[in-house]
Amino acid sequence: MAIDQELKIEMGKQGVFVTTIQELYNWGRRSSVWPMQFGLACCAIEMIATTMARYDLARFGAEVFRPSPRQADLMIVAGTVTKKMAPQVVRLYNQMAEPKYVIAMGACAISGGPFKQGYNVLKGIDRYMPVDVHIPGCPPRPEALIQAFMTLQKKIDSHHLTGEGRPRYLDPDAPGEFKVPEPGEHDLEPASNQGVWPVPVVIR
Amino acid sequence: MKTVEEIKAAIEAAVPGAKVEIVPNPGPSGEHSLLLGHEQAVEVARFLRDDPELALDYLSNVTGVDWLDKEVTEKVKVKRQVTKTVDGVEQTVEETVDETRKHVEPGYLEAVYHLFSMARKHGPVVLRLRTGNRTDQVEVPSLTMLWRAAEFQEREVFDLYGIVFKGHPDLRRILMWEGFKDHPMRKDYVEPDDYEYEPTAHDQVLKRAQAHQAQAAAMGQEGAGAGQ
Repeated sequence: MAIDQELKIEMGKQGVFVTTIQELYNWGRRSSVWPMQFGLACCAIEMIATTMARYDLARFGAEVFRPSPRQADLMIVAGTVTKKMAPQVVRLYNQMAEPKYVIAMGACAISGGPFKQGYNVLKGIDRYMPVDVHIPGCPPRPEALIQAFMTLQKKIDSHHLTGEGRPRYLDPDAPGEFKVPEPGEHDLEPASNQGVWPVPVVIR
Repeated sequence: MKTVEEIKAAIEAAVPGAKVEIVPNPGPSGEHSLLLGHEQAVEVARFLRDDPELALDYLSNVTGVDWLDKEVTEKVKVKRQVTKTVDGVEQTVEETVDETRKHVEPGYLEAVYHLFSMARKHGPVVLRLRTGNRTDQVEVPSLTMLWRAAEFQEREVFDLYGIVFKGHPDLRRILMWEGFKDHPMRKDYVEPDDYEYEPTAHDQVLKRAQAHQAQAAAMGQEGAGAGQ
């Protein structure tokens, strides 16, 4: 399938544009990833800074923050996800149209961060839904978010439209919605979604 | 500002039958507090707010304290009849002996209010309200009708400590969700076993990790994880 890159460039010089459906499709996807407009804590301030003139996320085709999950492609989980908030975050994710991507931004969103040993903070949003890119940092700088964004774009670029390696949204058997946890008497139920988050093994 | 003793005297003069006790603070701040009885607490608080000399019109903080059952060890001098041989003669002598006695002081929950005066620029006056115990007598009178600032903070104390404020207009959980059963700031609160443990755990976390692994081993699971 792949075209010889040098040949492609040479043909481009001659005014012949060669591409594949996959390349075109992925180029379209990655060049207009619209994030959802929501923030949970202090990381959201850095996310806002990223969209402003100095860092200018618009360079990556992601300046349109959509206030509705129906119109968004990317969920940036920017901040601490409390257990009270987690069901709403998962519900918002379920309401997004495919293809959808998730960036977990900051220590809290990826692991619970400084609140990991507390009772009220979710120990990472990846317990309930698939996360494409994790960014550490407390909060991560705008450059880190841009790095995550470019990582996501590379990931989208590498997607195959068919076959084994195809992304979840092209696989009719793969789930697109994930169980929204219920607030229970002592904790969220379930504590993690099976199949999304493997229970980690600690090697001592 | 008046000292705590003077405030206590003023309260007792103004509100007949008021039960006020001074809880001393041995620290350098010497910020002694007033422990109020339940029956007259609202009248006493109203007096503190409306009295022109005190004019404690600003409630800055409401918080809770959980006091567990406390085992107190004290030494008591006891007189005993002891049979002894003194100068070759057997005698019964009365002797004073130190004896250690232990008793358990029952625990309680406590709501603490910090009052200031904006009008007279003084404060704080610290009020305490104690519940009967930690299980079934957990009511204290609410002071929300006197200071509206107390409304959300009393809800928070109710949520995290389980103190029920009688007379509160809208006593619901404020931080945790409805249907949550525990009170997370109580000292005997057991957190959900829901985090994978770091490889270099120590102290409290190490204890939890060991307990978690023992439980996981009992359940036939490998490794440590989210209790599932």
